[in-house]
Amino acid sequence: MSLPEQADDSITLDTFLEGVWRQNPVFVMVLGMCPTLAVTVSAINALSMGVATTFVLVSSCLLISMIRNLVPKEVRIATYIVIIATFVTLVDYLIQAVSLKLYEALGAFIQLIVVNCIILGRAEAHASKHPPLKSVINALGMGVGFTIGLFALGGTREILGAGNLFGISLFGEHFQPWVVMVLPPGGFFVLGGWLLLFALLRSKPATEGGH
Amino acid sequence: MSQPIELRAAPHQHSGRSVPVIMRNVVYSMLPICAFSVWQYGLSALALLLTVTAACLLTERLLNRASAQPNTLNDWSAAITGILLALTLPPAFPLWMGVVSGFVAIAIGKALFGGLGYNVFNPALVGRAFVQAAFPVAITTWVPAFATQRFSELVPSTLTAPLMMPPDVTAWIKQQSVDAFTGATPLARWKFENVAVSANDLLSGAATASTGETSAILILLCGLYLAARKFMDWRIPVAVLASAAATAWLFQLYDPAHYPSPLFVLLSGGLVLGAVFMATDMATSPVTPLGVWIYGAVIGVVTMMIRYFGGLTEGVMYAILLGNALTPFIDQFTQPRVFGAQKDEKP
Repeated sequence: MSLPEQADDSITLDTFLEGVWRQNPVFVMVLGMCPTLAVTVSAINALSMGVATTFVLVSSCLLISMIRNLVPKEVRIATYIVIIATFVTLVDYLIQAVSLKLYEALGAFIQLIVVNCIILGRAEAHASKHPPLKSVINALGMGVGFTIGLFALGGTREILGAGNLFGISLFGEHFQPWVVMVLPPGGFFVLGGWLLLFALLRSKPATEGGH
Repeated sequence: MSQPIELRAAPHQHSGRSVPVIMRNVVYSMLPICAFSVWQYGLSALALLLTVTAACLLTERLLNRASAQPNTLNDWSAAITGILLALTLPPAFPLWMGVVSGFVAIAIGKALFGGLGYNVFNPALVGRAFVQAAFPVAITTWVPAFATQRFSELVPSTLTAPLMMPPDVTAWIKQQSVDAFTGATPLARWKFENVAVSANDLLSGAATASTGETSAILILLCGLYLAARKFMDWRIPVAVLASAAATAWLFQLYDPAHYPSPLFVLLSGGLVLGAVFMATDMATSPVTPLGVWIYGAVIGVVTMMIRYFGGLTEGVMYAILLGNALTPFIDQFTQPRVFGAQKDEKP
């Protein structure tokens, strides 16, 4: 899908739902795979990562959209990166202050939100061409879609890898953890499984509708 | 008598063999090994063999149905995967974990690549590698062979409830009148205690091992049947075993006090089972005459490297998976020159 030069500025339900379903960053666009595979060993890590990314995404898209007519075309990427990095620094300090444990669990991946291609992609493809309100709604949808994706992976890996969800034991103390699920290969297995499931879900209505 | 005239490209002579015929014979050739393992380990081994094979067949059928493919159960390949996989698992492996490994073997090892003939890796070994990574404790929990009550009761860990941790089996082992059970495989004893189990123990099936890997002589006889009927390339097992023995011999020359004899190397662990039944999988081994030798030698040497220098005690599984991954390259670089063809000049 390519956006026309003179983009439609009306806000529809699809502005929000695009990121949740049709262009889900994890399951459809398969973007931002580093945090997706690396921090999803537990549901809480995945959820926090999703929320942090959503915050950076929404705030930077708002700012970028507001100054979209002021930035010369030649330096737009550098400008976007500076804006995104500012918000990432904010989030970085915020998480450090709220929960040091979480900060240590997420590690370098908080700083790496700067180079998350979902954010730069949204800034370039959407926020730089649309008014602030529409950009924010679209960015929020993308953030929610990303968070859902991370949570799906993190939840599955925590349930199978530790028998817990949000640290609450689901199967009692005799549960046999699947060690592989908290290791990197487990991330790929679970991601593959969810991609398959999502592709199945998305293809069903399309074939019935005759597209 | 009007027969339809059929026009087709060479080759015109057909050996009369088909995939189902070959696969069925491989299954027959594995039955003696299964019988021996059931005699050794009793009901638990039988339950494991049946469950894992059933899980493989069921997964194959369900995935056939889900992907609207024709039913491929009757080519017998899923049955081979199931039996082979069960033979590589410890005899008291919990059945639910066996089902998981059977599902992974067929679904990830085979169906995702497009089914029989398209799979890059031996499906049975994919299934085993997955459970090795997922359940490292259960897959190294061994029970003694020839336990006295092996035909009257199951080992407690066999019937572990799904998703639960298998119970401790030491109490059960104590009830059996088995003398001097150490709970470690011969390879582990060599690696960690520097004790070389005698060839006599290795051959009689009394050594601690996976369900189907103790009977080297029986496996070789079954392999001989397959090789004699040309259902299997005899060069692969010969290359694997010869290169492993040669590596062991060189190391023993270098330091006889530390490194075991080639005979111990050949008889311990899953080397013979892997060489005869897993390295020879037709879909995942090279087809060129020279490539087959290279492939076998790579597996044999890598196995020995993992055993001697790796963290694991046994390396046959990873060595064969590595050999599988190299197969396309080996085939590409060992293409024989077609009769009469000129060597390609570089433009």
